[in-house]
Amino acid sequence: MAFKTEHMTLNMGPQHPSTHGVLRLELELEGEIIKAVKPHIGYLHRCFEKHAEAMTYPQVIPYTDRMDYLSSIYNEFGYAVAVEKLLGIQVPERVEYIRVIMGELQRIASHLVAIGTYGLDIGAFTPFLFCFIDREKILSLFEMTCGARLLYNYIWVGGLSHDLHPDFIRSAKEFVTYFRPKVKDLNNLLTYNKIFIDRTANVGILPLETAINYGISGPNLRASGFEWDIRKDDTYSVYNKFNFDIPIGKGLQGTVGDCWDRYYVRILEIEESLKIIEQALKQIPEGDVTSAIPKRIKPPVGQVYSRVENPRGELGYFIISNGTPNPFRVKVKGPSFVHLGVMNELCKGHMVADVIAILGSIDIVLGEVDR
Amino acid sequence: MKNIQEIFSILKEKLSDFALELTSSQPFEPFITISPLKINEVCLFLRDNEDLKFDSLVCLSGVDDANGKTIKDENGDNKIEGGTLSVYYHLESTKFRHKVVLKVSAARENPEVSSVALIWHHADWHEREAYDLVGIKFLNHPDLRRILMPYDWEAGHPLRKDYKNPEFYQGMKVPY
Repeated sequence: MAFKTEHMTLNMGPQHPSTHGVLRLELELEGEIIKAVKPHIGYLHRCFEKHAEAMTYPQVIPYTDRMDYLSSIYNEFGYAVAVEKLLGIQVPERVEYIRVIMGELQRIASHLVAIGTYGLDIGAFTPFLFCFIDREKILSLFEMTCGARLLYNYIWVGGLSHDLHPDFIRSAKEFVTYFRPKVKDLNNLLTYNKIFIDRTANVGILPLETAINYGISGPNLRASGFEWDIRKDDTYSVYNKFNFDIPIGKGLQGTVGDCWDRYYVRILEIEESLKIIEQALKQIPEGDVTSAIPKRIKPPVGQVYSRVENPRGELGYFIISNGTPNPFRVKVKGPSFVHLGVMNELCKGHMVADVIAILGSIDIVLGEVDR
Repeated sequence: MKNIQEIFSILKEKLSDFALELTSSQPFEPFITISPLKINEVCLFLRDNEDLKFDSLVCLSGVDDANGKTIKDENGDNKIEGGTLSVYYHLESTKFRHKVVLKVSAARENPEVSSVALIWHHADWHEREAYDLVGIKFLNHPDLRRILMPYDWEAGHPLRKDYKNPEFYQGMKVPY
C-alpha cells in the first residue's frame, strides 16, 4: 500500500544559534530531504546606503565598520581605497604597509571566528575556545593601535587616524611567532577529525561554473578550485610587494568545492596571511601617516567601482560623486549577501542537518547581508 | 584582454541597431549606455561571444539620478517629477580578465528594465535589491519581491531621493 506524501515547509530561524545572526531560512522538505531553500533576510537592515548619502565622505567610515563587524578594518580599507581613487591621491608607503598589516591581522581574526564557530555548529566545542583565545590576542593588537577592539575608525581617506604604538611592531612579531604552531594544533583538533570530515566532506558541493555564475568570490570561490584573488589579480595597495600563494580547494577529503574544502582553504589562508604580515613587518618604512589626509574632501563629478579582497570575498564599493562633499550614491557589494544567494543551489538534495554545515561553511555575517 | 574601446566596437558591429553609446570622461571608468529593454540581449551576447566571455557579473547597482524637476506636493514635501533611474552593470571575464561597465536609464514614471537574472544568477538578488530600494521594475525576473525592507512596506523605495519615511508602520512609530 502506498502512502500519500506531501512536502512540508519548515522555518529555520530567525533566532537560531547557527544562523550567525538573524536569518530565516524557509525549507521545503520531502521527509528529511531538502527540496528548496528560500532565505529571508533584512532583519538587520539599517539602509547604510541612505545614511551614507546624508554624510560627508569621512563620516561614512564608522558606518562601514558596522557592516561586516568581523572584518571592520577591511571595510574601511575598501572604502578608503575607493574614495582615494575618486580623488586621485597617493598615500604614503608607511600608510599602505600599516593598512596591509592590519588587514591581514583582521583576516586571521575573521577566519578564526569562521573556523571556531563552524566547529561549534557541527558539534566540536573545544576548537572554538582555542580560536577565540588567539583571536583575543589579535584584538589586543588592534586595541593597542587605536583603542577599539571591534569597530575601529582607524583607516581614514588618505591616511590613518594616527601612527602605530611604539611597541606594536615588537608585539606583532611576537604574535606571529606564537601563532604559527597553533595552526597545527587546530589541524589535529578539528581539520583531520574523523567525525568532522564525515560531516563536511562531499556535502554542499559547489561546482566552479555555478560559483562564477552566482558571483561567488573569496575563499568560497577558491575552494571550488579557481585561483582568483583580488590581492593578486587586480592588485591594490602594496600587495604586489609580498610573496604569498593562493590556496585552492583540491578535494583532499572528498570532492572539490565541498564544505571541507571551503573550511580548509581558510586554514591555509591563515598561513599565507602570516607570511604577508611577517614580510610587511620587516619592510615597513618610516614616515608620516597623516600627511596625505585631505583637509576637504570634494571629489570631482564621476563614478568609480573599487574592490578589495575582504576575508569573505570581494567587497566592492560603487561610489557616484556629484561634486559635493556628500556622496551621491554609495553601493556596497558585500560578499556575504552574494554568498547567501547560492544557498538554494547548495542545499538541494541534502538532509536538514546538512543545512547547518553548509551555512557555516560559506561563512556569512548578517550585518553585511542586510547592511 | 580587450579594453572598453575594442569591446564597444565589437558591440557596435554585431548589434548595430541597439542604440549604443560610449561615454568616457577621464579619469573615471567609461561606460556603455544601452536602451533598457535591450540590456538582456546585449548581456547574453557579451556572455556567450567567444572573444568576450563575460561570465561574471561583478556588481549591479540601481541609482536614482534625481535629474527631474523638483516640485512641492500638497503636503509641502519635495517630489521629483520626470528624469531617469539608472542601473549600472559591472561585468568581468574570468577567462580574459577584461572588464566593462554598462548603464541603462529608464524613465522615472515607468522604470522598466529587462532582467539579466537568467543570464547570471548573481543578478537575481541584486535586481531584487534595486527593485526594493530604488524601485526599478525588472521585466521577466523570476521572483521580483522586496528583499531588505519588510514585504509589506508601503511607503515606497528608500533610495529614491524624494523618499519620505512614513509616520507609522504596522502601528509602530517609524521616526526615532
